[in-house]
Amino acid sequence: MALIELQDVRRTFTVRARTGRFSRTRREVRAVDGLSFTVEAGECVGYIGPNGAGKSTTIKMLTGILVPSGGRLRVAGVDPARERVALARRIGVVFGQRTTLWWDLPLRDSFELARRIYRIPDRRYHENLGRCVELLDLEGLLDTPVRQLSLGQRMRGDLAAALLHDPQVLYLDEPTIGLDVVSKGRVREFLREVNRDRGTTVLLTTHDLTDIEQLCERVMVIDHGRVVHDGGLDGLHATGGSERTLVVDLAEARPPIEVAGARVVKVEGPRQWLAFPARESAAPIVAAVAERYPLVDLSVREPAIEDVIARMYAEVAIG
Amino acid sequence: MRSWWLCARMWMRSMMAYRASFVLNLLASLVTHSLDFVVLVIMFRHTDQLGGWNLPEIAFLYATATFSLGMANLLVGSADGLGVRIMSGSLDTMLIRPAPALSQLCAERFSLRRLGRPLQAAIVLVWSLAALDVHWTWDRVLLVPVLLVCGTVIFGAIFVGGATVQFWWGESKEIQNSFTYGGATLLHYPPTIFAKELVAGAVFGVPLAFVNWLPSLRILDRPDPLGLPTAFQYASPVAAAVCVAAAGFAWRAGLRAYRGTGS
Repeated sequence: MALIELQDVRRTFTVRARTGRFSRTRREVRAVDGLSFTVEAGECVGYIGPNGAGKSTTIKMLTGILVPSGGRLRVAGVDPARERVALARRIGVVFGQRTTLWWDLPLRDSFELARRIYRIPDRRYHENLGRCVELLDLEGLLDTPVRQLSLGQRMRGDLAAALLHDPQVLYLDEPTIGLDVVSKGRVREFLREVNRDRGTTVLLTTHDLTDIEQLCERVMVIDHGRVVHDGGLDGLHATGGSERTLVVDLAEARPPIEVAGARVVKVEGPRQWLAFPARESAAPIVAAVAERYPLVDLSVREPAIEDVIARMYAEVAIG
Repeated sequence: MRSWWLCARMWMRSMMAYRASFVLNLLASLVTHSLDFVVLVIMFRHTDQLGGWNLPEIAFLYATATFSLGMANLLVGSADGLGVRIMSGSLDTMLIRPAPALSQLCAERFSLRRLGRPLQAAIVLVWSLAALDVHWTWDRVLLVPVLLVCGTVIFGAIFVGGATVQFWWGESKEIQNSFTYGGATLLHYPPTIFAKELVAGAVFGVPLAFVNWLPSLRILDRPDPLGLPTAFQYASPVAAAVCVAAAGFAWRAGLRAYRGTGS
């Protein structure tokens, strides 16, 4: 059975705007509009979309904070809105921009509180804490007040705090925001470990597509409250209609190459850039070019995932 | 309860990270709150009676009202931070823990320096009990602790109920403060000096009269300016229970509205 199940979930907000001195108009905004998807236990899913697409609203509904306006929603077999407190024991949540740690107290105290609030049995607590401390390299930080930790250290602390009670699902809302490259790498490494070795289902929203590339086999793109792409990262290229680029270095400067299936997008002396659809093979184009032009060197560039997503967002905005 | 205590303990330890500041704050709050009582004493330099009540009696009213308010403020006063938490979104982090959000909220920034108010009230109370000229029957003796507990509960319910308003109206601490701090100031003075309509409002509207006015009439053997049945003078526990039920209901409705509309 799927661990997370959404069927035609909707969520509208009523926005009141002042239109005159006394008059006000009420406008319905659909933050989430007929969202359906399932996530199986053990998956690691990237959940992306432009600002205001409905990502946070979805996470809030999945944790039971917000009640959906319509549709069916199940997490680990329970309705989050109805059984919020019971569900809280089985999920872990990390908000990248908001820490749940206690500012003035040593890191260890926040973990102790989690242990008591979640009523974690002693053995499990020590096991989990030991593992987190080792993997996240927290050993030297346990007795440091949280306010003295760097952002990256604090994020590692937050991750540990969210995992002490062995949640089945871990929701991460922009876990790498504001972190430097090394910290990001560490967080990703840890999440991979948690997902692979513990079988914890991970659902993460992010604006950093490297997170997705390195962690998720599956990515969902949502916009205007709807799923516009659901599948592998590779599939994004097809959905986004993106192009690969063939860069050729000729022996001398020539007028733009003319070849079937590709078009020249840039010429710079002897070097030329040819764009062709990402799903096509590069081989026939390379062969055709090599046959008619004095080829010195060539390389194929994959489309940047950022560009694909950017194009996707733009398309949805227009359509 | 359990989660309130867990969170409150964390906050206490947080505060202890700044020990000197804690001590200074406690002293400052002791001094400032004592000034309220000094005002009453000064008033009695010019008159022997206020509304027919003498200084030890007024001191009794002052001490019981202040103690109740102070204890309620210590235990659940932080509920008034709800509006801020909603705006900053940190209420959400409370809602994802397997513990009641209300107890986490009430324990928020729990701090022992709020002990200043009830501590100072307790001192005045001891003095007034010694100075009062009252025939101490068993029911009067019993009424004093009952009064303090029920008063704390009633003020606590007003704190929570008032905070709940913030679910709908955003930050509206002031409304609730007028009932809690304003209400306590009202209760420093005997009901005889106020208009009957106001006293009636404190009995049947916001039941502040049950904090100390009504039981004090019994303890101090005073006639009721409204002429209500004697049963009212013992009815503080009932009033407290009703307040708690109402505040609990309001809180649940507010939380439902929040989760229904989001922020």
